[in-house]
Amino acid sequence: MTKTVNNKAWVFVLPVFVMVAFNAIIPLMTVVNFSVQETFGDNVFFWAGVTWFEQVLRSDRFHAALGRQVAFSAIVLAIEIPLGLAIALAMPRKGIGVSICLVLMALPLLIPWNVVGAMWNILALPDIGLLGKAINALGIEYNYTRQPYAAWFTMVLMDVWHWTSLVVLLCYAGLVSIPDAYYQAAKVDGARAWAVFRYIQLPKLRHVLTIAILLRFMDSFMIYTEAVVLTGGGPGNATTFLSIDLVKTALGQFDLGPAAAMSIVYFLIILFLSWLFYTLMMRNVES
Amino acid sequence: MAKISLEHLRHSYWPEPRQEAHWALKKMSLEWSDGGAYALLGPSGCGKTTLLNLISGLLRPTEGRILFDGSDITSTTPEQRNIAQVFQFPVIYDTMTVYDNLAFPLRNRAVAEGAVDARVRAVAEMLDLTRALENRASGLTADGKQKISLGRGLVREDVNVIMFDEPLTVIDPHLKWQLRSKLKELHRRIRRTMIYVTHDQTEALTFADQVVVMNDGQIVQIGTPVDLFERPRHTFVGHFIGSPGMNVLPCEIRGGQASFAGLPIETVNAGLYRGAATSFELGVRPEFVNFAPAGIPVDIVRVSDAGRFRIVEVRHRDRSLKLLVPEGQEIPTGASHVRFDPAHTQVYEDGWMVGAGS
Repeated sequence: MTKTVNNKAWVFVLPVFVMVAFNAIIPLMTVVNFSVQETFGDNVFFWAGVTWFEQVLRSDRFHAALGRQVAFSAIVLAIEIPLGLAIALAMPRKGIGVSICLVLMALPLLIPWNVVGAMWNILALPDIGLLGKAINALGIEYNYTRQPYAAWFTMVLMDVWHWTSLVVLLCYAGLVSIPDAYYQAAKVDGARAWAVFRYIQLPKLRHVLTIAILLRFMDSFMIYTEAVVLTGGGPGNATTFLSIDLVKTALGQFDLGPAAAMSIVYFLIILFLSWLFYTLMMRNVES
Repeated sequence: MAKISLEHLRHSYWPEPRQEAHWALKKMSLEWSDGGAYALLGPSGCGKTTLLNLISGLLRPTEGRILFDGSDITSTTPEQRNIAQVFQFPVIYDTMTVYDNLAFPLRNRAVAEGAVDARVRAVAEMLDLTRALENRASGLTADGKQKISLGRGLVREDVNVIMFDEPLTVIDPHLKWQLRSKLKELHRRIRRTMIYVTHDQTEALTFADQVVVMNDGQIVQIGTPVDLFERPRHTFVGHFIGSPGMNVLPCEIRGGQASFAGLPIETVNAGLYRGAATSFELGVRPEFVNFAPAGIPVDIVRVSDAGRFRIVEVRHRDRSLKLLVPEGQEIPTGASHVRFDPAHTQVYEDGWMVGAGS
């Protein structure tokens, strides 16, 4: 077999390549540039080597933010994936109910992220917010601007409200694409609902679940807008995730070197964990 | 194992069927005896899969009853009916091994593991799957997967009926033949009632002892392959079965004598005609039309070679008909005459064979 070499193809690939270069590679290289040098502005740079990386990797503040970030993603994934799957399984498969459910599910996804943060900020206010007031009325002391636990609870609740729909829609699409014959065969074979789920639905949903977990992991690991609007990282540093910490370092303290080093470490962590998830979940598919 | 009876069965996918066209399955009654091999044959959309799903319990009939061995099972689930069904596309449980796939119907019914093992091995033996038992089912080819579906149908010894819904559609042609003879052999071995749905006449005629031909939601004829070939009760059966199908020509009947194009034609059943139908047709298969020194004058239009015989298309005025000429036999050129075999020429009124069943 001979491979056809088509040099004209480059003409079509080039625009995309240029676009990716401008919006991803070049900015990333700038960050790399900052991460190994010290600057005081005026485009004057001093070589710093790996100093910033060492500083970031040894800093307790970074460790704490990373810990909070991992905890947040873990909690959010542990709730949203099973919940989304359960809702998708419970959704109707035909009739008017389908459209109603799909529209309801899509709504949270259509709201701008800062609006989501603002909505929950107001909703959870202990004195005037519906949720905050209701919880306090039950006799539970709840104030997310003062209690770290309350802040986390609100943050997780907001994320679940905002993003479970994505998991639901992905799973639902996966479920309706399973041919009827599988369910019919299962009926004939005398399979109970659990067996249908375990041996038909779950295996057939493997790919969409992988996508759902990856998307939710990456997004939750990078959460910024909603968190900043809801708590601004507080109370204290209780909800200061990596992204918030990064912005504080870069724009609050104007420590460009450490911020750049932190960005690169942050990026590599996401890249590595995504690769790990993907590899683990796809491991058995080919065999 | 069971005798299957359908009583005044009728089904519609419309919630409130109003017109005749709303019925996917028109009213029908029939009886299938225990241990028989039956085929449901008909073109796509004729209602054969609907009928199959009614029998298996995946659908509830709008009207009528279904009985297994005389007891009404119309409102029971597929599981309660204790049936097996093999679908058009192979259904396998991807994450399980071939062994677990075959064991699945038994394990769902809490059969002891020892008995499961014995059955699974017996079935695997029958289907030549023994060597693949420990493999993952998802890695098999389409015919291997379809064998597993089939195996899950055979694994329960007490099933009332095994149903096949066009099971060879996705199988490669050279393996189709293999699987088909395997099915026939299995039926001979286990003697269980089997119903085979297909639109492929070869599959139906080779598999079944009795073929049910359906068209447009109703049963047109039930009979052995020989019946369907020699005595099609409806012109549709004549057309649908046989390759090429039966010649259907307009004719007249007067005083018990059929005539075509002004020439008297000897037929099997013209003498039975008593009624006052509006349209008459003459049916004769290409196998029973011969060239003759005298008879119906025709012009030869086309000759096509089909291996052991040739298909000759001839024309009498504006009517064309086909005949089969065996290899080695001379075909006249230009104008000639044809003759119909009287023992295999039937007349039909409004599509139905005169004198049949009435």
